[in-house]
Amino acid sequence: MKGETVFDYAPAPENPDIARVKQHYQPFIDGEFTDGGGEPLKTLNPATGEVLAEVSTVSSSDVDNAVSAAREAFERVWSPMPGTERAKYVFRLARLIQERARELAVLESLDNGKPIKESRDTDIPTAAAHFFYHAGWADKLGYAGLGRDPKPLGVAGQVIPWNFPLLMLAWKIAPALATGNTVVLKPAETTPLTALVFAEICQQAELPPGVVNIVPGGGDVGQTLVSHPGVDKVAFTGSTEVGKQIQRQLAGSRTRLTLELGGKAANIVFDDAAIDQAIEGIVNGIFFNQGHVCCAGSRLLVQESVVDEVLTNLRARVETLRIGDPLDKNTDIGAINSAEQLAKIRELVASGEGEGASRWTSPCPVPERGFFFAPTVFSDVESSMRIAREEIFGPVLSVQTFRTLDEAVTMANTTPYGLSAGVWTEKGSRILWLTSRLRAGVVWANTFNRFDPAAPFGGYKESGFGREGGRSGLAAYLQGDDDD
Amino acid sequence: MPVVLADATRDESSLRRFLRGLPGVDQVGVEQRAAGLATRSVKQDAKRWAIDTAIGMVDLTTLEGADTAGSVRALCAKAVRPDPQRPDTPHVAAVCVYPDLAATAVEALAGTGVAVASVATAFPSGRSSRSVKLADTALAVDSGATEVDMVIDRGAFLEGRYGDVYDEIVAVKALCAAAQNTVHLKVILETGELATYDNVRRASWLALLAGGEVIKTSTGKISPAATLPVAHVMLQAVRDFHEVTGQPRGVKVAGGIRTTKDAIRYLVAVKEVAGERWLTPSLFRFGASSLLNDLLLQRRAKQDGHYSSPVYLPE
Repeated sequence: MKGETVFDYAPAPENPDIARVKQHYQPFIDGEFTDGGGEPLKTLNPATGEVLAEVSTVSSSDVDNAVSAAREAFERVWSPMPGTERAKYVFRLARLIQERARELAVLESLDNGKPIKESRDTDIPTAAAHFFYHAGWADKLGYAGLGRDPKPLGVAGQVIPWNFPLLMLAWKIAPALATGNTVVLKPAETTPLTALVFAEICQQAELPPGVVNIVPGGGDVGQTLVSHPGVDKVAFTGSTEVGKQIQRQLAGSRTRLTLELGGKAANIVFDDAAIDQAIEGIVNGIFFNQGHVCCAGSRLLVQESVVDEVLTNLRARVETLRIGDPLDKNTDIGAINSAEQLAKIRELVASGEGEGASRWTSPCPVPERGFFFAPTVFSDVESSMRIAREEIFGPVLSVQTFRTLDEAVTMANTTPYGLSAGVWTEKGSRILWLTSRLRAGVVWANTFNRFDPAAPFGGYKESGFGREGGRSGLAAYLQGDDDD
Repeated sequence: MPVVLADATRDESSLRRFLRGLPGVDQVGVEQRAAGLATRSVKQDAKRWAIDTAIGMVDLTTLEGADTAGSVRALCAKAVRPDPQRPDTPHVAAVCVYPDLAATAVEALAGTGVAVASVATAFPSGRSSRSVKLADTALAVDSGATEVDMVIDRGAFLEGRYGDVYDEIVAVKALCAAAQNTVHLKVILETGELATYDNVRRASWLALLAGGEVIKTSTGKISPAATLPVAHVMLQAVRDFHEVTGQPRGVKVAGGIRTTKDAIRYLVAVKEVAGERWLTPSLFRFGASSLLNDLLLQRRAKQDGHYSSPVYLPE
């Protein structure tokens, strides 16, 4: 026997060639890949900081073309098509995502920086599940509770964020197509690649030209798209700041709008909780996807009688998290998506220290190259501090304590956001009592960050409005009999 | 023992209060975590290390009515030199037999460094009188076994008679402590009969409080035997017990672990749930029979770059 124990997992990297990264990617308009008139952008691999690929972006006339292609496809092909036929296309998209799952997972990890175990086990399978779920609805819309024969809205202009690139695309495109709308979608500037592979999948599925259009670009393209007069419905997922701009822009117009914005979720742990599983839930809540999750459990509220136990066990558990190469199958925390985001996280962490919170950062080794941030836990946090109020969108947790149930509710609701919350207790009655008092679109009980296409997702207050997923999600893309 | 734990064992009602006051285990959560950890990818040097470590943690077991002195001697020879053509293969931790064959194993293993473990206390059901169970233990200890694998009285545990279970473990432990050799006590919880993870946690603490050096999942005679989530709960118990008392106690998983892949998943759980210091045969064991051959074949495959036939391995 060896004297000392060493069980360091050897590197187990996924092969980057599986992603079949091309040097140059093009916008997808009216069923064709063509270079756009915008300034090409370079997308980086955040784990190395090196250029991954060049992507041609669109100009405002390209957006015009995309919107008219979508209009044409809507009027001629997609909305007159019987639901049973539309369903076949959506099923085909779902199956093709599954067939190319490994390629998509590796590409997602390269472009976004998320660990391969998450892109492989969560992002891509859940994206496929969204298409499967909505394909099933396409011929049953009369039973969705929106009237006997609900009608599609027309052309949907959709803008998605960089934290779950393909999954957010699925959340947007699957319900739109199933309900008979056509789409023009703008992927995030830093993560456009899987959306453009999805465009290839649309070609493979022989989706009629113009039904799906992908227009890469920056914020200006997004603005052009959402304010385009040819767009009947805007769906946006991203920051509250941009969401407010869009709402201002669309005020007074007939364009329908749904927004899924920021969050600062409270994860509430009571003293009777299953502590070991609560620790797992806390870790999953804030360190999943490097904390780049709008519904992340970024505020931990612990009942004061168990705070020492929870913090001790939490730190021990966080120390086991492995940060590093996103393509390594054993990596738990990958790279921060961009230098800009990393700077924002650093700035907020510095403000936490400056305002007097106690910082603890995992001593795990952090790669020298690329954009990485070690998991960090702040204790002695006051509600007035920026780290307790602002969305950090990184692997940083703020811990506060409470004594009574009422205090927990007040603390949890003291935020302009209201996307999600978590409750950890073995007492079922308390869970039910809390769910009616927490002002959040999703309340997870004894779990966190669980997503299912059948479960509606969306916010209260400044976290937005409208729901994605489930029957309520269909309503965002349909005009019921009662609507004008 | 710290005051809080000494108080817990003062009388039946204190013990009940303590065990009932342990934090609950969320079934969905623990199973999700166990499944998540099972996706760790262990390759190359890490795999080589894991295979050798796992071989050194095996309690090579034969617990059949048809066991003979001859078959036990053959098993002992294999325990000492698992792969005779590869002398660098580590020996296993122990050979595990019924008490009437313990003397045979002790003789065969004298001076080899491989321990002799004997099951006792009316294994596997534990359905007999206290005196018969103690006599069973005495036979094992007097034959020279240095490890005793006792079963708890699951009937008493499920009826809530925690004090009876505790007293029985203490009595068996006293016999082990009175022996000439140092005898380690492993307490088999038979988690497949305990119904809930909460009960697994309570039984784990009960056995640790009563002085068991190792808590063991199963007899291997009923299904389900060892599972990853159960091992998680037990590893959490020894970790928490260590936190409170400073005493390291061990875990043995037994039954149904047949492949190298399974074994490596348990080692990952040991590392990430309890901690690296538990990755040693004194604190973690596999109770198994067929697992050893799969470990040896994988070990050969790592060395040779191709798989070899099991015919090269002794029975």
